[in-house]
Amino acid sequence: MTGFPVLSILIALPLVAGLLCLFVSANAARWIALLSTLAGLAIGIWMWIAFVPGGPQWQFTEHVALAGNFSWALGIDGIALLLTELTLFLMPICILASWRSIQKQVREYMAVFLLMDALMVGVFAAQDLFLFYVFFEGGLIPMYLIIGIWGGVDRIRASYKFFLYTFLGSVLMLIAMIYMVATSGTTSIPALMAYNFPPEVQTWLWLAFLASFAVKLPMWPVHTWLPDAHVQAPTAGSVILAGILLKMGGYGFVRFSLPMFPDASAHFIPLMFVLSGIAIIYTSLVALVQTDMKKLIAYSSVAHMGFVTFGLFAMNRQGIDGALIVMLSHGLVSGALFLVVGVIYDRMHTREIAVYGGLSNNMPGYALLFMLFTMAAVGLPGTSGFVGEFLSLTGTYHASTWGALAGTTGIILSACYMLWLYWRICFGEARTKEAAAMPDLSAREWWLLGPIALAVLWMGVYPESFIAPMRNDVTYILQRVERVAPKGDSLPTAGKQALKISGSGAAHK
Amino acid sequence: MSYFAAILPEIILTIGAIILMMAAAFADRRAVAAISWSAVILLIAATVALIGAPTHAGPIFGGLISADRFASFGKVVIFPSAAVAVLMAHGWFDRGTEHANEYPVLILFSAVGMSVMVSATNLMTLYVGLELLSLPSYVLASYRRTDERSAEAGLKYFVLGALASGILLYGISLLYGFTGTMSFAGLSAAFAREGIHSLGLLFGLVFLLSGIAFKVSAVPFHMWTPDVYEGAPTPVTAFFATAPKAAALLMGVRVCVEALGPATDAWRQIIIFAALASIFLGAIAAWGQMNIKRLLAYSSINNVGFALIGLAAGGAAGASSVLFYISVYVVMTLGAFMCALWMRDANGEPIEDMASLAGLSHTRPAFAAAFAIFMFSLAGAPPLFGFWAKLVVFNAAVSAGLLPLAVAGIVGAVIGAYYYLKVVKIMYMEEPAPAYARVREPVEGLVMFACALIVSPVGYLLIGPLGSLADRAAGVLL
Repeated sequence: MTGFPVLSILIALPLVAGLLCLFVSANAARWIALLSTLAGLAIGIWMWIAFVPGGPQWQFTEHVALAGNFSWALGIDGIALLLTELTLFLMPICILASWRSIQKQVREYMAVFLLMDALMVGVFAAQDLFLFYVFFEGGLIPMYLIIGIWGGVDRIRASYKFFLYTFLGSVLMLIAMIYMVATSGTTSIPALMAYNFPPEVQTWLWLAFLASFAVKLPMWPVHTWLPDAHVQAPTAGSVILAGILLKMGGYGFVRFSLPMFPDASAHFIPLMFVLSGIAIIYTSLVALVQTDMKKLIAYSSVAHMGFVTFGLFAMNRQGIDGALIVMLSHGLVSGALFLVVGVIYDRMHTREIAVYGGLSNNMPGYALLFMLFTMAAVGLPGTSGFVGEFLSLTGTYHASTWGALAGTTGIILSACYMLWLYWRICFGEARTKEAAAMPDLSAREWWLLGPIALAVLWMGVYPESFIAPMRNDVTYILQRVERVAPKGDSLPTAGKQALKISGSGAAHK
Repeated sequence: MSYFAAILPEIILTIGAIILMMAAAFADRRAVAAISWSAVILLIAATVALIGAPTHAGPIFGGLISADRFASFGKVVIFPSAAVAVLMAHGWFDRGTEHANEYPVLILFSAVGMSVMVSATNLMTLYVGLELLSLPSYVLASYRRTDERSAEAGLKYFVLGALASGILLYGISLLYGFTGTMSFAGLSAAFAREGIHSLGLLFGLVFLLSGIAFKVSAVPFHMWTPDVYEGAPTPVTAFFATAPKAAALLMGVRVCVEALGPATDAWRQIIIFAALASIFLGAIAAWGQMNIKRLLAYSSINNVGFALIGLAAGGAAGASSVLFYISVYVVMTLGAFMCALWMRDANGEPIEDMASLAGLSHTRPAFAAAFAIFMFSLAGAPPLFGFWAKLVVFNAAVSAGLLPLAVAGIVGAVIGAYYYLKVVKIMYMEEPAPAYARVREPVEGLVMFACALIVSPVGYLLIGPLGSLADRAAGVLL
C-alpha cells in the first residue's frame, strides 16, 4: 500500500453510511446519504486534482494480499478515474432526486443505494480479476432490490429479468476468468493486460467476456432487459442504470477485451460493427414510436451505446477517445433526461407523452434545461454529445465507411425522436389541464439538473480536460491492438497507373 | 494407548451419550434443558479435543480408522452443526413433544456415527459409521410420531435408507470379493495394479457410489429428500441438511480419492453425471415449491451437485474444493433453516408456506435481511461468501480440464438463482402478511447472526485460513 488509501475510503465510506442509515429515522437517513455522497464527491474532486496525467499508468494503488493470489488490489488509470468521477458526481444527485419521491422504506432505500455506490466505485478501482468480478456482479443485488421494491407497477418481472439476464451473461465471464488465471497464474488486471494469450484461446475468452459486457452495455439483440428495467425503476435507479451500470459494459471492453484479447477483438470487428449498426438504426426506429418517455430514452441509450462499440472496435485513437467521451457524456445526458422525466412524473404520475404538451409556457426553466439535454443527446456542437459522437464516427470512418454510414444515419434518427419528443412535451398547447397547471422547477430540482448542465457544456466546449487524463491509457491500448488494427477502406488506395504516354518511348527506338 | 488419544472426541461423545441416555430415561420432562445443554457442551468438548488429539498421519487400529487432518476437518464441521441442531430443537420441543429428552442423545449418537464415517479408512468401519448415523436419523425423522407427515417421513427414510445400505453393502462385498481387501490402501493398490478391467470391480464401484449418492441425496438417488425434509420436524431437517450431508460427502471424497484414486477415470463420469443432474434437477424442481422446507430440500440437492463438481475434478485440489464448499454450505444452510424455524404463527405453531413470508421486510426487517443474505448466498451471488465457495469448485474443475462441466454447472447456478430470488421477492416486494410471533431465543438469534456474518462479505477474510485448512486436510488423502 502506498500512501493514503483513498480508493478504499471511497468504497468504505458509503458502506459505513449505508449501515448507519438502517438504524436512524427516515429523514436522518436521507441526510446521512446526502452528506456521505457529497463527502465522496469532495474526495473525488481532490483525487482528480491529485491525479497526474501522464504520470504512472496506475495511480492511488493499494495492495493487500488476502489468500492465494486473490488480493485487495485497487488502483485507477485515467479511464477509471473519469468513470469513478462520474459515479461520485451522479450519486448525490440521485439521493436528492429520491428525496421526496421515495416515501416507503426510506432507510432501506438509502442503505441499498449507498451499497450500490460502493460497489460501482469498486468496479472501476479493482485491479484484481476476482475482486472486479465481485464488485461487478455485486451490483446486481442492490439493483434488483431497487427495481423490485421501489419500482413501478410491473416491477417484479422487470427485476427478475434484470437479475437473471445479467447473471447469465456474467457467469460465463467468470469461467473465462478462472481459465485465464489458471493459464497465466496471475489475477492482476495490469499483468493480464500485458499477457499474450494464444489466439485460438483468445477467441473463446473474448466470446465469454462478450456475453457479459454485451448484456451489460447493452448491445442489440440482448438489450431487451433494459427498457423494462428502466421503465419500472424509480427515477434515481434509472439514472444509476443509464449513467453508470451501462458504462461497466463499455469499461469492460476497454479494460479486458481490447488489451487482453487483441487478436480475437480484431477477428470479431465485423460482428461488432454489424451489431452496433443494427443497434443504432433499429433501436432508434423503435425509440421513435414509443409513447412512454422513459422507454424512449431507454431505447435511445441502446442506440448511443452503439457509438461506444463502434468507436472502441475501430481501434484507432479517435475512435477510442470518442467512445470514452460518449460513455461519459451519455452518463450525464441520459441521467439528466431521466431526471427530467422524473420531474414531471413526480407531478403527474404518468410517463405517457400524450398527456403533456406546452410545458414551455408554464415551466420555462424546465423547458430550457430539457432543451439543453435534448440537444446534447442529439449531438449538437457545443454539447458533450457532439464531441463523443463526432470522434467516434471519425474513428469508425477510418475503419469502415459502411459502419460510419450506419452511425451517421443513427444521428439523424436520434434528432428525429428527441426533437419530436421535445416538441410533444414542451411546445404546442397543453393537452390536459393538470399539465398546464404544473409549477416550474423547485430549488431542489435546479440543484439536480444545473450541475449536470454545466458539466455537459464543459465537456462540449473544452473536452481536453476529459481527454487529457485518458491519453496515455488510450495510447497503451492502441499499442496492444496496433498489430491487428483494421486498415479500413477509407484511405486513398493506390490507383491504376497513369496511362503511358505513347510516342516518346517509341520515338527513341 | 496413544490410539485412544486419537479418538478422544468419539470417546467423549459416546460415553457422554450413554450417560445422557440414562439420565433422559429416568429424568422427567423438565430436565430437557439440562440434557440439551449437556449435549451441546459434549459436542463443543469433542471439537476442542480435536485440537489436542495427536494427528496420526497413518491409519490406526489396524487400518480401520485414520484420525488424520481430513477427518479433523470433517469433525470441525460436523460437531458444531450438530450442536446447533440441538440448540434449535430446544425452543422447538418446549411445546409438549413427547420424549424431548431423547432428542439430544440421538443427535449425539449420530454425531459419533458421522465422525466414524469421515475417519473410516476401511469399508467395514465406513459401513458401521454409516449405520450408526442412519438408525438415529430414522427415529429423528419420525420424531413427531402423531404427525402423519413426520411418521411418513420416518418410514420413507427407513425403507429407502435400508435399500441404499443394501446396495452399498453389495458393492462392498463385490469389491472385497474381487480384491480380497477392505482397506482403502489395499483397494487403491489393487486398482493401481489391475486397473478397472474386471466387470466385478466396476459393479462394486458403481454400487458403492450409489449407496453414497443416496446418503448425500444426489440425483438420481434424491427422491426421498423432499418428502423427508418436509415431514421431519424443522430442527431435524436442519440437521439432515447439514451435518450428515457433510459427513457423507466427505466420506465420498475419501472413498473416491483415497481408495479409488487410481480408478479416477472410471468414477469421474458417474460423479459428473450425478453433479449435473443434481444441479439441474435441484434448480428446476424447486421452481414451483411453496413450502419452504421442500424448497430448501431441493436447494440442498442443488448444492450437492456443486460440491460434486469439485469432486469430479479429482485429486487433492478437487477434494480441497469440496471441503471448502461444504463448510460454507453448512453455514448458509444452518442459517436458512434457522430462519425457517422462526416462521411461527401467533400460537407458536410452525408455518411452512412461503406465502406467509410476504412483506417480512416491513414487519421484521432484521429477520428478513438475514434470510435474504442466506438466499443470495445460496444463489452464489457476489459479494456474499457463497459466491466464493462456488468459485473454488469451478476453479478446481477448470484446472482439471473439465471446462464443459464448469460451464454447464454455472448455467445451472443461474437457473437455481430464480427460486432463491423468489424468496427474496416474497419478503421484500409483496404486501405484508400477518406478522410472525416474536421468537425469544437469544441463543438462536446469536447463531443466526453469526451465520449471516460469515456468509456476508466479512467472510472473505476466511478465504485464507479456510483454504489452507482445506488444502492441508485434502493433502493427506494422497
